[in-house]
Parts: sequence; C-alpha cells; structure tokens
Amino acid sequence: MNLLLAAEVPPISHVTIWGAGPLGINKTAVIYGFATIATILIFVLGTRRKDALVPTGFFQNVAESGVGFVRNQVILSTMGPEGLPYLPYLTALFFFIFFSNITEIMPAVQFPANARFAMPMTLALTTWVLFNAAGMIRQGPFRYVKNSLIPPGVPAALLILIVPIEFISTFLVRPFSLMVRLFANMLAGHLILVTFAALTAGLWAMKVTVVIAPLSFGLLVAMTGFEILVSFLQAFIFSVLTAVYIGGAIHPEH
Amino acid sequence: MALLHLLLAQASAASDSTKGLTAIGRGIVYGLAAIGPGIGIGMVVSNAITAMARQPESAGTVRTTMFLGIAFTEALALFGFVLAFIISG
Repeated sequence: MNLLLAAEVPPISHVTIWGAGPLGINKTAVIYGFATIATILIFVLGTRRKDALVPTGFFQNVAESGVGFVRNQVILSTMGPEGLPYLPYLTALFFFIFFSNITEIMPAVQFPANARFAMPMTLALTTWVLFNAAGMIRQGPFRYVKNSLIPPGVPAALLILIVPIEFISTFLVRPFSLMVRLFANMLAGHLILVTFAALTAGLWAMKVTVVIAPLSFGLLVAMTGFEILVSFLQAFIFSVLTAVYIGGAIHPEH
Repeated sequence: MALLHLLLAQASAASDSTKGLTAIGRGIVYGLAAIGPGIGIGMVVSNAITAMARQPESAGTVRTTMFLGIAFTEALALFGFVLAFIISG
C-alpha cells in the first residue's frame, strides 16, 4: 500500500504526462480541454431549437440560465447597460473557469486545473489588456491614464503621493491579485482535500481508525461540499471583477 | 568515497537550522497575513447582515456586494499563503 505523502501524485502514469517539452500534455491540459469542450457544448446544444419561446431541453435551460445569471448579476449589477457588449466574453469566462474548477470534486479527477498558475495568469493578463484597451479606446489614451491616476477631488499637493499609489494599484496590483486570488483559492482547497484524504487513507491502511479517522473523513466530506461553493464563487468573482474593471475604465468616477 | 560525500552534500543543501528557520518563517508569514483579512471579512459580513436586516428587499444586491468585498479582502490573506510556499530554504 503506497502511503501517500500529501504532496506526491499517485502513480497513475497514463494521465500524468504525454509527450515532453512545450507540446507535452498533462492532467492540467486535459482538464482545460474538458472545460473548453464543456463550455462550447452547453451553448451549441442549448441553442439548437430556434423557435421555442419556452425553453424545454436540459441544455437550453442551462444555457439560458447561465446567460441570464451573467447578464443580471455580473454585468447589469456592476457595469450597467453599457457593458452588455461584453456579455459573450464574460459568459465564456465564467463557464470556463467554473468547469476547470469543478473538476476538483469530480471522483476520478480530483484536481482543479486552476491550481497551477499558468492559466489564471493568462486570464488575468487577458482581463488587463481588455480593460486597458476598452478605456483607451473609449476615452483616448492620455485622458484614460489621467483619469485612472488622478482621482477627482484630490488637492494638488497630495497628488505626488497619490499618483504612484494609484498607478501600482490600478495597473500592477489588479491583474496580479486576480491571478493570485483564483490560483491560491484553488490550490488551498486542493491541498486541504488532499491532506484530509491522505490522513484518512493512511489511518485506514495502518488500521488505527479509532478517533481521528471518522473526524478526518467527516471533515473531508464537509470540505468537499465547501469546495463546490468555492469553485462557483471564484468563477463568479473573477467574472465580476473583470466586469468592474472594464466598467471603471469605460466610465470613470465623475 | 569522496564522490559519495559530494553527492550527499549536494542532496542536502540546507542544514537543519536553515530548515527549521524556514519552517518558522513560513508560519510567521501566513500567520501574520491572516490577521488583517480575518478582521476585514468579519467587518464586511457584519455590515452586510445589518444592511440586509434593515432593508430586506435589498438583500440580493447586498449579498452580491458582500461576496465582492469578501473576495477583495481574502485575496490579501492568499498573497501571504502563496508567499509562504514560495519561501525556500
């Protein structure tokens, strides 16, 4: 019996690495492929019936609920009606992150793909480019930078202090914090689940299951339920923050 | 024999006191990083509960804003969590 250390991957060699170097595929890439295909499938299969006013299929209901949710809770609550052109991107972003997070609790997979920071970094950089480009196109580059760095109603003597802080906060901290929030939440959840699962499995293997093992197993079950909430919430938070940043770039505070 | 000694020295590049100090450092980093966001999230949620109690029909908007505030403050604790893992020694 291979007692698992909490940080080691069990030897299931057929899902670890295929190929090597930049074109090598591993478990993370397979999960991202699944997330992409699942997102595309929901909206392709959900939009087949063009003439049904009352949604009747499973996929149609899921697709319409998803779009309605993103439209109301993510865009209209934060950006207002001006942000509706961003509905396709934000819906795709929300569903992609949700599907790549929810694999954390799927029985044969048990790994959230966002626990490796490559894709969160890419998504955060995409959001960064998107909100800066939206602001620069809407307001012109110089006015956008001026409106970002100089908040209204600040006396001129404080500007020498405020401008570097605003620069770091708007252009550096925002994408970095988006990446770290998603990555660290998923990594922490995964480590918690692995720790309690390894503890329970190890105690079971050593046949010392008196007091700690039921508690550990109960906490594993509870944390799995909690991770469902965290998966959904992190996808929602990433989408909402993207919407807030784009909204702030499009119409700055008056 | 010298080669074996060299290999062993390469394998354990950190001495015991360095490993212990690294562990203490990691604990301090995350422990201190968790104080502020703990208090902050408590304040955000308590104000959200007060707002929902005073005006129940705004509960949906308040709840959405509460989750946004929780995500912002929790990110700071997670910075500390990630840095605790990055510290090597």
